[in-house]
Amino acid sequence: MGKILVFAEHTNGKLKRSSIELLHAGFNSGNEVAAVVFGTHGDDIVSALNQNGASEVHILKDGALDSYNPELYATNLISIIGKIQPAIILASASSVGKDLFPKIAARLNTGIASDCVSLNISGDNVTATKPMYSGKAIATVNFENSPIKIVLMRANQLPIESIDGAKSSKVVEHSLVASDLRTMIKEIVKGTSEKLDLTEANIIVSGGRGLKEASGFQMLNDLADVLGATVGASRAVVDSGWVGHGMQVGQTGKTVAPSLYIAVGISGAIQHLAGMSGSKVIVAINSDANAPIFQKATYGIVGDAFEIIPKLTEEFKKALHN
Amino acid sequence: MKIFVCIKQVPDTETKIKITPDLKGIDSAGIKWVINPYDEYAIEEALKLRESQPGSQVWVLTVGPKSRANDSLRTALAMGADEAIVINADGLDSFATAKALAEVIRTEGGAQVIFSGKLAIDDNAASVPQMMAEFLNIPHTTVVSKFHLAAENIVVERDTEGGSKEVVQMMAPAVVAANKGLNLPRYASLPGIMKAKKKTIKEIEYSTLNLPAADQKVSYTGMTLPAEKPAVKMITGDSVAQVSELVKMLRDEAKVL
Repeated sequence: MGKILVFAEHTNGKLKRSSIELLHAGFNSGNEVAAVVFGTHGDDIVSALNQNGASEVHILKDGALDSYNPELYATNLISIIGKIQPAIILASASSVGKDLFPKIAARLNTGIASDCVSLNISGDNVTATKPMYSGKAIATVNFENSPIKIVLMRANQLPIESIDGAKSSKVVEHSLVASDLRTMIKEIVKGTSEKLDLTEANIIVSGGRGLKEASGFQMLNDLADVLGATVGASRAVVDSGWVGHGMQVGQTGKTVAPSLYIAVGISGAIQHLAGMSGSKVIVAINSDANAPIFQKATYGIVGDAFEIIPKLTEEFKKALHN
Repeated sequence: MKIFVCIKQVPDTETKIKITPDLKGIDSAGIKWVINPYDEYAIEEALKLRESQPGSQVWVLTVGPKSRANDSLRTALAMGADEAIVINADGLDSFATAKALAEVIRTEGGAQVIFSGKLAIDDNAASVPQMMAEFLNIPHTTVVSKFHLAAENIVVERDTEGGSKEVVQMMAPAVVAANKGLNLPRYASLPGIMKAKKKTIKEIEYSTLNLPAADQKVSYTGMTLPAEKPAVKMITGDSVAQVSELVKMLRDEAKVL
């Protein structure tokens, strides 16, 4: 049975939840899991990888990898893949994962299943499912002509259960393979938000036209702070310039699948539903009882957002502190 | 300077999807096909680049069944593209598509910049631009919301996570995959539409490229419609009662708090 390579992403040395999900899926399959981690981090990441199921940890600790460069990442990861010789590679459909792994697949002459929501590993074989046509269909992805099977998973799709993964692990330190780079990262402009990206958030509070104007988002920020949620928006308010495009959920924005999605003043145009209908629980708050969003919602409230949201924020505060 | 734009036809978002009896795809009858929305940003940026670089040409390229691919190529020509090529094929995956595109771009003499959308909204694979760059052995940047060419250097802004951006410099030639926000795509003008009708679209049969059958790496089976959601529970009463009931439901019934 071949190894599973998990490309583990971290934020300032802390493993991302999406990577923990992958480690557990690999561990639960019964295959050996080799985790690869790039960039600067503390030593505790090794034990975190270990506890979450990795029996081999491959470290490439080099500041050159603290920001993402497709060429540098590809050259170094391919060199490590050559040493591990995995049958399967699991990575997140994150900003880095989505950009990097198609390039890796092309260079290794192998297949990739992207944007997947479920995973079925059996020995060296794997199938995955993914939504298609804006979530209007779900398909099973099968590999052929693929010496290594690469699967990119959306965040928040796989369970994290407590596992008995704390075996001792082999730690392999790699050094940077420098290549002639034709790509240079000149500057990184940090977003103002310290919150999780929409694609990784477990709770999202999203606003639309019903908020009347840009300042209406302030009460959503307050609600999101109480819930530890990330704030999203509909296309209409992004196009009106109320908030940046990075916050757009839907067809020409982000596709999200949190546990809880609260849509405030969003009518539910098909372009918006395409990006969020995979959410586990959807709450719709809208003054129009006929808004299409209610057809996709789990719970619905017809009412004035400006009256309901501040009260809801207080109610969550009480509920979460008890 | 030669500029290539790679585009794809996708079912319009509003179109109803019917799955074929073999569960491997969708019934194409009755589907309204449109240019993938992200590819429209790619076309617009190519046209803007041509305007700033006199003597340049914009070539549009697609892979697909030629009958429907030609419609989207005509639209791109009507927007202002100079030449159009279709690689006639059906059912290729991202890998085989990227290989075919790279092959044709190479045999047509290459390009200084190759634009495409960051992903196609039918399969959300977000793979073809990076694979094509790899097959052409040139750099790429995806999710691009700003583009600038200065001599041999392409400088772009890439949208990453949480509203952050990276400023990336690449040596030309390179592949640039467009995000929303890059520009506002123009509409085709009436003279543009008339002119586009008279242009010849070059057709290349996929089989004549002699690419390996093993370029096909993934296939879809067991396609289903998503499970029906239970009917919405409407929470009534005054706003105080509504919020307290909602929080109770989320905590005790849905268990998401």
